[in-house]
Amino acid sequence: MGTSWVVAEQDDGVPAAIALELVTAARGLSGMVEAFTWGAGTAAAAGVLGRYGAAKVYDVGDLGDSLPGPKVACAMAELASRGVSPDAILIGATHDGRDVAARLSARLDLPVLANVVGIDGSGPRPVSEHTIFGGSVVVRAEFTGSGPGLFLVQARSFVAGPAEPAGQLSPEIVATNAPETPTSDGARIVARHREGQTGPRLDEAAVVVAGGRGLGSPANYALVTELAQLLNGAAGASRAIVDSGWVPYALQIGQTGKTVKPTVYIACGISGATQHLVGMKDAEHIIAINKDRQAPIFAVADLGVVGDVTNVLPRLIEAIRARH
Amino acid sequence: MRVAVCVKQIPDEEEPPALDTQDHTLVREGRLVMDESDSYGVEMGLRLVEADGGGEVCLVSMAPNGETSGLRSAFAVGAARAVLVSDPVLAGSDALGTAKVLAAVMGRLTPDLVLAGTESTDGYTGTMPVQLAELLGWPSVSFAEHVEISDGLLRVRRQTEAGYDEVTCPLPAVVTVTSGAVEPRYPSFKGIAAAKSKPVEQLTVADLGLDDSQVGFSGARQRVVSVAVLAARAAGEIVVDQGDAHERVVALLETLKLL
Repeated sequence: MGTSWVVAEQDDGVPAAIALELVTAARGLSGMVEAFTWGAGTAAAAGVLGRYGAAKVYDVGDLGDSLPGPKVACAMAELASRGVSPDAILIGATHDGRDVAARLSARLDLPVLANVVGIDGSGPRPVSEHTIFGGSVVVRAEFTGSGPGLFLVQARSFVAGPAEPAGQLSPEIVATNAPETPTSDGARIVARHREGQTGPRLDEAAVVVAGGRGLGSPANYALVTELAQLLNGAAGASRAIVDSGWVPYALQIGQTGKTVKPTVYIACGISGATQHLVGMKDAEHIIAINKDRQAPIFAVADLGVVGDVTNVLPRLIEAIRARH
Repeated sequence: MRVAVCVKQIPDEEEPPALDTQDHTLVREGRLVMDESDSYGVEMGLRLVEADGGGEVCLVSMAPNGETSGLRSAFAVGAARAVLVSDPVLAGSDALGTAKVLAAVMGRLTPDLVLAGTESTDGYTGTMPVQLAELLGWPSVSFAEHVEISDGLLRVRRQTEAGYDEVTCPLPAVVTVTSGAVEPRYPSFKGIAAAKSKPVEQLTVADLGLDDSQVGFSGARQRVVSVAVLAARAAGEIVVDQGDAHERVVALLETLKLL
């Protein structure tokens, strides 16, 4: 059944949601799932990865002030060159994941199958599914070269679940020191900044309220935040207002931002460019408020309100408040 | 300061995109425009050259059919020249094949810095620039929101999922620039007029010493198994707000037991 490698990002012992999604997906492809992780708290993270089905966890160690891309790719390429090559490599399409995939691809001379939203392991070779044109078309593709397929997978493409019967509580942990790569590993992180959010995480919240250019001004984004709080949800944003500097990138929903699948998505003054739809079209219910009757967001909305969001939102907030 | 900016010429976004029914590549007929996500790299390159007080921005692009219409807008705002790799064998190239071609170009240009967008608007693979960096053996900083150079060192504000990191990086390096990182300037009339006479050096894959098998369809080593159009999500109810539309939203949230 072969072996799959998963690049598993983790933060202080807690695997990223996408890491668990990928380990779950890898179980469906291979009898043997091996994960690569790094940073502080890898032992705790390895325990969780084990429950989801990783039999072995390669610990690339504390990377210090290096960016993960060169070091993690180098450690993986080193193992692969020693004949420990897997059949498939799954990497999440995060900022660091894309760096790892790109560097590994160049080192191993393997193409990246990008924007993967599903993998079918039932045939002789894995067939990956890719959505294009804003999610309206699905392309199924197969890597035809020799060596492992390298899949760069979008968040929320798979539903994470622990292995059944129970996976290994303590997978084998193998320390893998990244060889020195002085020229490609020249970048140094000198300071890290977190732009904190209160309330549920954007990619996990049951309710997401997102704002766009139709709000008219940065100050009106407060309406989005307020509605999100009232519904115990998370506030998000379109790329347009992130690019304009109204809100931080951490709130961006769409192709280059977060993928969300909440119970309800409320789009406030968002027209619905394809790169935005990709990130939210799989919400169970979509409510859109927009002035422009022709806005593409209305084509996916279960309830579309044609109106000025700066009029509708204050009334909506007041009505919900009155019920509390 | 010599800055090379990778630019992709893509079909005008006003036209609905389509796939070729034979080889499943994006149809690239008609007028090409510079990918809007590359305009930020061009602007950032121009600012770094201006801050340095010397040097130039050289565009590097790749197209199967010798197309240069998508380079004009960058020439008009101040890019000095371009290298265009144009060869029929490039059709079907994936990100790694593209990176191999551009790495060969960079080997000739020996720039101090390579800038690119974080991802193209038409293909959005988002791996080419860092593949290029690895092929060159250079460091890279992806998702740059702000870039400056002091004492020969890049100082980059790098966007992360949680916020941002401050990163330093020696030159030469590859940096990918987020959309909106800088406000692209508008061309002047003089710039538009001058754009027509900016030099474009055209190279073939053989000129770069690359083998045909490394690029195009053969280099991509992938086969499209099927293409399917998904059933569109059914459009729902549309109400025009007349002062009471919020009640409909409340009713729906109630039905879903969210209130």
